[in-house]
Amino acid sequence: MITEAPVDTGNYITSHYGIKSWLLTVDHKRIALLYLIAITFFFFLGGAFAVMIRLELLTPQGDLFQSETYNKLFTMHGIIMIFFFLVPSIPATLGNFLVPLMIGARDLAFPRLNLASWYIFIVGGCFSVFAAIFGGVDTGWTFYTPYSSTYSNTWVTVTAMGIFITGFSSILTGLNFIVTIHTMRAPGLSWFRLPLFIWSHYATSLIMILGTPVVAVTMLLVGLERMFRVPIFDPALGGDPVLFQHLFWFYSHPAVYIMILPAMGVVSELVAASTRKPVFGYKVVAFASIAIAVFGFLVWGHHMFVSGQSVYASLVFSFLSYAVAIPSAVKVFNWTATMHKGSNSYHTPMLYAFGFIGLFTIGGLTGLFVAALGVDVHVHDTYFVIAHFHYIMVGGAIMGYLGGLHFWWPKITGRLYPELPAKLSAFTIFVGFNLTFFPQFVLGYLGMPRRYHAYPEEFQVLNVMSTAGASILAFGYALPMLYFLWSLKWGKHASPNPWGAKGLEWLTTSPPPTENFKEMPVVTEPAYAYAPHKGVKVVDV
Amino acid sequence: MSTSSHSPALLHHFDSVEQQKEASSLGMWLFLVTEIMFFGGMFTAYIVYRSLYPNAFVAASHTLDITMGAINTAVLICSSLSMALAVNAAQLGRRKSLVWFLILTILLGSVFLGIKAVEYHDKFVHHHVPGASFHFEGPEPQNAQLFFSIYFGATGLHALHMIIGIVLLAILAIRAQRGRFSSEYYTPIDMTGLYWHFVDIVWIFLFPLLYLLGGHLQGGGH
Repeated sequence: MITEAPVDTGNYITSHYGIKSWLLTVDHKRIALLYLIAITFFFFLGGAFAVMIRLELLTPQGDLFQSETYNKLFTMHGIIMIFFFLVPSIPATLGNFLVPLMIGARDLAFPRLNLASWYIFIVGGCFSVFAAIFGGVDTGWTFYTPYSSTYSNTWVTVTAMGIFITGFSSILTGLNFIVTIHTMRAPGLSWFRLPLFIWSHYATSLIMILGTPVVAVTMLLVGLERMFRVPIFDPALGGDPVLFQHLFWFYSHPAVYIMILPAMGVVSELVAASTRKPVFGYKVVAFASIAIAVFGFLVWGHHMFVSGQSVYASLVFSFLSYAVAIPSAVKVFNWTATMHKGSNSYHTPMLYAFGFIGLFTIGGLTGLFVAALGVDVHVHDTYFVIAHFHYIMVGGAIMGYLGGLHFWWPKITGRLYPELPAKLSAFTIFVGFNLTFFPQFVLGYLGMPRRYHAYPEEFQVLNVMSTAGASILAFGYALPMLYFLWSLKWGKHASPNPWGAKGLEWLTTSPPPTENFKEMPVVTEPAYAYAPHKGVKVVDV
Repeated sequence: MSTSSHSPALLHHFDSVEQQKEASSLGMWLFLVTEIMFFGGMFTAYIVYRSLYPNAFVAASHTLDITMGAINTAVLICSSLSMALAVNAAQLGRRKSLVWFLILTILLGSVFLGIKAVEYHDKFVHHHVPGASFHFEGPEPQNAQLFFSIYFGATGLHALHMIIGIVLLAILAIRAQRGRFSSEYYTPIDMTGLYWHFVDIVWIFLFPLLYLLGGHLQGGGH
């Protein structure tokens, strides 16, 4: 399926030269690459913290780090990975690159705002990196008060400001996407002809603009309480620490959907292109994205079943958390149905899509365990929860991210990645991931609490398995880094449409010109119009 | 209006001035939605603490100067009127009155901030600023302190928005004076107008919540 093509000059990469042309660019494709570089840095930084955590947990004794240092390690791992890698991962890179291309626009609606959001991201990132270098934070990524606002002696304020600032980059990206999707679609591209990638980014953007301001003001209040001793959440002064948890999770639960929805969009594209069929139940999958975004705002209390919130509130939150499973399951079933009798091919992107579907299903189903009040009391704050959300965020979101990166790499760079090492890395990541996190389900169920640097000896075997898995996973993540860089110089040149896929982004050259299309596209068919199904007469002789 | 594709204000990635205008206005409304959520966090904190400590909140609210608050409300409403007149002047392409209405809006905004500064100063004098030197002669002084935390948090955030608005208006006034706007192109005036009205509306909610509700409850005699 992969074909070679002669080089096409005059693309967005070669149109201008010099560092200044990159740092002052307003081209969404170049900004996507700026984001790609930045979040790759944060990914490996957050990964380094994870390596140290796993090394400490190799032995039952807390022998490598002191408990205070360990607190900082898991806090920095969480903050860097969530706010500086996962939240921007797919939207800011693939989304930035593809949203205008997929809808046949020349750029996002507000190109300068797009560049500004990257700079805001970098400034926020600098705050957090500064905090990490000069001593770190030990509150956990959740910043629970009053520990964060009153007692912790670490760089809470600086990190909270970093998150506050970065939040605005997320808001501006979401705003840009919504306006672009509303106002700049190509002629003929009606809402129900949009690729599902666009629908999922639309839903993600809704969460970004509605949720992020709330966590921003929450971080601001924590900062005020710390800096000026203004009582807000401190129970000694009549404040309510549970109010903080409500405000925090009002964003931070929907933030999970900021991470997973774009990955679902990617998987829809990968499945359609690899089976050469329209996604089964297109409209239902599209609406499922919106449903996830809406329901996602109504379930935050399931993080607080043991925080002393009203039991009636817990009942409602538990019920609503089950409700979110419906649109999520709809997607999984529809992808599977799409593969049924498809002309399936098994290139690397499809392997990642398979990985996503399987791991997301495990993560989602164990989510139902923890959404059940009784079970949650048992597994709350244990490794069961850790394993659950890593199946969603790493097994789900990062699988989708890597799958998408492989799928659109020829479009982004104009080069083909080498298939064999790519397949090897997909397998390695899948195996390493499961070996790392599946034992953690068992550990958590047996009662190993999260956030401790030492544990009873009977847990060691499973922890050694987990650490061994983590080293395989680290190798798996290093591989794409190497062959992607290799392909930039030595990879084969890509044709405009190496996958033979549908979608406006494949109509233009690889890489696209700065203005995206030499000739502005007009859309005359629905999304994923691969082999004509209905209306084709099969003549039986 | 299809001839407008030759307008100098049209950016390269839009097809028409109408499309560009639609994008700007949708973008601004979405931004205001994020602002509502931003202030929403503050309002939530207010609602929670008010329902937990109604007596302390009434007592603390009673120390606020309703007269100053009412004058400020009137000033802000007038500033919204002058902003609306500025947008109207821009629509009609009247450069001179546009500039003057923008300046009038800036002045009214500054009057608001001036009165607010006097109120803040009073709070400092009476040790009603939360923190180490806080002192309150009334029931549940600790919980009253929470009221003042929210008072300063919410009105401070509002004042910050006012300052940003005034800076934006000043930039617009200079650009308007240089004749950058016309009846064909006045989107920045329109958008800043939306922002200004939004900031005004936030105050319309803050004023009764912080100043009036307490007084009313005390008058009720329960």
